[in-house]
Amino acid sequence: MARGANDSRRARKLLLAALQTPETLPALPPADWELLLRVARRARVLGRIESELARAGLLDHIPPRAATHLKAARNVIQHRKTLVSWEVNRLLWALQGIDVPLILLKGTGYLMAGLPPAHGRIFADVDLLIPEQRIAEVEERLLACGWFRTHIDPYDDRYYRVWMHEIPPLRHRERGTEIDIHHRLLPRTSHFKSDPEPLFATARPLADPRLRVLAPADMVLHALAHLFLEGDPDEGLRLRDLVDVHDLLGEFARDPGFWRELVARARELGFGRLLFYGLQNAQHLLATKVPPDVLQQMERDAPSWPVRKLMARLIPLALLPEHPDHPSRRAELSRWLLYIRAHWLRMPPLLLSRHLSHKAWLRLRGAKKRIDLAQLDLKQQ
Amino acid sequence: MIVADLNRREFARKLAGAGLSIRFGPFNLTIRSDLSSLATAAHELYAPYPVPETDAIHDFHVGVARPRSLRRWIRRQACFVVDSNRPFAPYTVEHAFPALEWGINWCVATRSHHLLMLHAAGVERGGRAILFPASPGDGKSTLCTALIHSGWRLLSDEFGLVRPEDGALLPLPRLIPLKNESIEVIRRFRPQAVFGPAFFGTRKGTVVHVQPPVDSIRRMHETARPRWLVFPRWTAGAPLSLQPMAKSEAFVMVAGNAFNYEVLDETAFRLVAEMVERCDCYALSYSDLAEAVAALDDLSPAADG
Repeated sequence: MARGANDSRRARKLLLAALQTPETLPALPPADWELLLRVARRARVLGRIESELARAGLLDHIPPRAATHLKAARNVIQHRKTLVSWEVNRLLWALQGIDVPLILLKGTGYLMAGLPPAHGRIFADVDLLIPEQRIAEVEERLLACGWFRTHIDPYDDRYYRVWMHEIPPLRHRERGTEIDIHHRLLPRTSHFKSDPEPLFATARPLADPRLRVLAPADMVLHALAHLFLEGDPDEGLRLRDLVDVHDLLGEFARDPGFWRELVARARELGFGRLLFYGLQNAQHLLATKVPPDVLQQMERDAPSWPVRKLMARLIPLALLPEHPDHPSRRAELSRWLLYIRAHWLRMPPLLLSRHLSHKAWLRLRGAKKRIDLAQLDLKQQ
Repeated sequence: MIVADLNRREFARKLAGAGLSIRFGPFNLTIRSDLSSLATAAHELYAPYPVPETDAIHDFHVGVARPRSLRRWIRRQACFVVDSNRPFAPYTVEHAFPALEWGINWCVATRSHHLLMLHAAGVERGGRAILFPASPGDGKSTLCTALIHSGWRLLSDEFGLVRPEDGALLPLPRLIPLKNESIEVIRRFRPQAVFGPAFFGTRKGTVVHVQPPVDSIRRMHETARPRWLVFPRWTAGAPLSLQPMAKSEAFVMVAGNAFNYEVLDETAFRLVAEMVERCDCYALSYSDLAEAVAALDDLSPAADG
């Protein structure tokens, strides 16, 4: 047990050092490289480490065997970028003649806007935000142009349509790529008010005027919402999402008005607490540069002292991978607690208990979790 | 050092403890398992494989373990584990060894995107290789097993690993899993080959692993150049025929049978184009293994030395 805890500490230290100071990696001994590759794969940041080393011209200064893993990750990422850009191109083709604002979210947005998180980041699907009243029209057009509704059971379909912030994913018949169409950033049932109107008002157009991305402050807040509210009981909170936040903050902070805007917008949208947690953890784990006065201001949004203490322990445990040979009960519990918390914030208690008992019933009956080989393949990078 | 340098006890202790370190072609692996049935088969079949140096980086950390859920008390099962993930449904405990072998291939196929991975068997003689790109069921494993017990060196029965930097083929001489009818065919063709235990009723029917000849394992670091592309098809009672094939057709079949042609994009196109350009391409139809081996031997009389 003690050995497991020590090994996990070593694994976390290696991972954070690789993200904060990649220039020190050439001095890493082989045994540390081996562990770093394993935890970086689990946290899905192999591509990020590769892009940082490439930028510093250090790829030839690391063990060749480690370099093969990074190169493999880079090749997959490059391929996914091609797929996602092409999918956006096809989307514009399919929606010709329909005048609807298309906001590209998350990875798709970073890629098409050329923002730093796109370097070394894996891209899964295309994520879109469009006004709710236009969804039927867009969905119909896509179904006519080669996309289809992925097969899901009636419960899941209802789950999406009635409670969620997106419709069930559409997949292209030949290319297999998925498009997630959102009409708001958070579920309808969420504790947070998630009126999408203000997002459309401030979105920024890209080179193709039909495409937009969220305004800088909104983009950071969306990345934080994704980090803290879309947990997964096995994976925990995604460190990858915190790295996105770190990169976005670094980029946007070059505009002197950004921080003031961010704090104001967070409070306006009811995301003050999320921003507090996000800045604390980004600074603590990734050494993100946050102006002291911003941190001071955010104290107003902090939770009560005991909750604050508890979250300060739970969040890093759920964010950081353990040593892969010594999975720890404590980290597992943290992930599970934060998953329950995320769900708690997603839906009111009665709905939540109904939803979770439905899922438990499925598991009891031995219903197979859908195993998507393509997705497994992505998780390998 | 090779695995055979460890006695059965040391081998089992490593497997159940920190992990057995072993090298398969370009990959270093750590394998862990506390299932004794698996240790027996693995100790025998992995014996000639090298053990990486102590400070080597291991590429994959795999193993086979009992399921974590309550089901472990109901049925005796075994899960393939990579790092701490269990990507597949449990197998019955008797199939732990084929599960491990199959899982390792899955790791190679899903992670090695620094290489172009063709779905092809490959053998070599005199530095020149024959690749057999084929879909499962076309009998490439059987043909390949016959060839490596007839003077050819095994590159792989499954993966044509192409290094993008120079187009060289990297050998990955793993155990060859023969299925169903091919087991008897090879037992008759080369009774002295090293066969593992038979696993009945797996997801692919009966499986028996054949150990590659020791020479193929010892020379797993020697790369080869592709010289022939042969597309095999076994048909019961068919007369032997080895017909030249149009390069354009060969290109489509090689590219279409790759694990990651799309991932490597332009690089993959260039590598396959160069390979097809350099190779003589044939369609092989056969029913008798000995005849097929003789016909392929005739492709390279000059290189035999």
